[in-house]
Amino acid sequence: MSMPFDHETLVAFSKSFGLFYLIAMSVIAVVYALWPANQAQFDRAAEQIFDDGDTPCQ
Amino acid sequence: MISGLTLGERQTAVCLSLALLVLGVIFAGAGQGDPLGVHGFIIAAYAVVVMGAVITGYYAPAPGADRLTQYYDDPTKFGIIVAMLWAIFGMFVGDWVAWLLAYPDMTFDAAWASFGRLRPVHTTGVIFGFGGNALIATSYHVVQRTSRARLPDQLSPWVVLIGYNLFCLLAVSGYLIGITQSKEYAEPEWYADILLVIVWVTYFLLYIRTLARRQEPHIYVANWYYMAFILVVAVLHIVNNLAVPVSLTEAKSYSLFAGVQDAMTQWWYGHNAVAFFLTAGFLGMMYYYLPKRAGRPIYSYRMSIVGFWGITFFYMWAGSHHLHYTALPLWVQNLGMTFSVMLLVPSWIAAGNALMTLNGAWTRVRDDATLRFMAMAAVFYGLSTFEGSFMAIRPVNSLSHYTDWTIGHVHAGTLGWVSMIVFGTFYSLVPWMWKVERMYSRKLVEWHFWLAMAGTLIYVFAMWNSGIIQGLMWRTYNDGGTLAYSFVDSLVAMHPYYIARAVGGFLFFLGPVIGLYNILMTIRLSRETAGTGIAEMPVVALKAGE
Repeated sequence: MSMPFDHETLVAFSKSFGLFYLIAMSVIAVVYALWPANQAQFDRAAEQIFDDGDTPCQ
Repeated sequence: MISGLTLGERQTAVCLSLALLVLGVIFAGAGQGDPLGVHGFIIAAYAVVVMGAVITGYYAPAPGADRLTQYYDDPTKFGIIVAMLWAIFGMFVGDWVAWLLAYPDMTFDAAWASFGRLRPVHTTGVIFGFGGNALIATSYHVVQRTSRARLPDQLSPWVVLIGYNLFCLLAVSGYLIGITQSKEYAEPEWYADILLVIVWVTYFLLYIRTLARRQEPHIYVANWYYMAFILVVAVLHIVNNLAVPVSLTEAKSYSLFAGVQDAMTQWWYGHNAVAFFLTAGFLGMMYYYLPKRAGRPIYSYRMSIVGFWGITFFYMWAGSHHLHYTALPLWVQNLGMTFSVMLLVPSWIAAGNALMTLNGAWTRVRDDATLRFMAMAAVFYGLSTFEGSFMAIRPVNSLSHYTDWTIGHVHAGTLGWVSMIVFGTFYSLVPWMWKVERMYSRKLVEWHFWLAMAGTLIYVFAMWNSGIIQGLMWRTYNDGGTLAYSFVDSLVAMHPYYIARAVGGFLFFLGPVIGLYNILMTIRLSRETAGTGIAEMPVVALKAGE
């Protein structure tokens, strides 16, 4: 009985695609975190937790 | 707490508990002669207690529309108390099994008192009972504050908490009567697993709905971690628990997976339970409460994001390091080992970020035991993630695996990191929730801190020693080329360390006992001062240098 993909194919796929998609994800995450235009909202978010009247916005 | 619910919500609550009661009665009837029948009675009794609580408060005046101008914190308050009760229960059983290992005759010839049954009672009690309730309670608090939005309804947070605790109760009572599917940290059987899926989907939707109502454009990073915890635990739980019950009237089921696939699925689940239950959620806690308590914004918000994606993408592949030197293909073992080593980077980003946030507030860490709990949690997080990466390397694992070193490692993480961040968080959160200036007794917080520190250090050092001695004894050969020590020889060598570990565990166990007393007295204080003006004081975060 033949399977749609065998063990070797799966391993080859993991070792090739797996490597590149992980690198791509890492690059995207780092670029998002370091993108200069995002700095302002990050700063605001970091400060926002201190700024509470302890009631929700209406 | 019922008085906070609207009339419609009270009615739905009664209907839901009635449905649960019917389900319990059906299980009790159909499961006669099987352990499932016992669980039917437990479900029915639980439903009666919940329904009784709702009916008792049923005729209380309905809450006004002004409730919508406030955050909804009743479930958080409930979760804090329940988490502390589970901590006391789970750690008590933990210390019990620690003594049982030192004195194995303590089983009274009763099946329920054997190590194999009591040990999962301990792990479920502390991880899911204590840790889970703490995560749920704090996530409700954090998501509302950082979104500046009230929870979208008042019933689903209760469905999550009540359903979740029923799951924990079914789990620990099941182990004592012999119900287990023999998967570590996933022992409960199919019906309890289905209950948890329902609870968890409700929890996920509640969180998403709250975020959708947010008034802040950016979602604060703590929520990312809580979301990862909720989403990934759902995926892990569902996949690892795919099973076919023997019949609908029996507790026993068989896993959908077999052989090495079953082992890999289990440890993909098992290590990600460490990653997303015991790490991601508690990092969410740390990223909110530590800066808040220290009065300083997180040192690097950008690094918290890089760390987040590192943790979510690397942890997912690390599980196979639990299966070194097994029938698992070598490349899968290598994959797990490599990712475990890479994990050191995002782990130390988080630990470093926490400690750098405290840089400049060390005098506060010295003076404030609550902040010190969080600081030590970050230190232990850094230590145990380093140790974990190291132990995942195959040759190191050949020495450490199956020994007490693993137990020492796990407890450096759970006592030093997870418990300490929770205690620090609770001691910050309780005064905010019950609107008092501070905890009832600062001295008792101090006592708790030092008991926890002493307990953790004694525990971890005992297990490091015993684990490495054990590992070396198992691999020492004599001149004739045979093993120098029998297994019993290694057991005898462990005995003093087992006593030390049980003493350390006992010290740690005393902490939450003191902590619960302190919390209850704080609540009492809040009731006494209610109406005198102190209760209406705005809650302000302490500023740096205060």
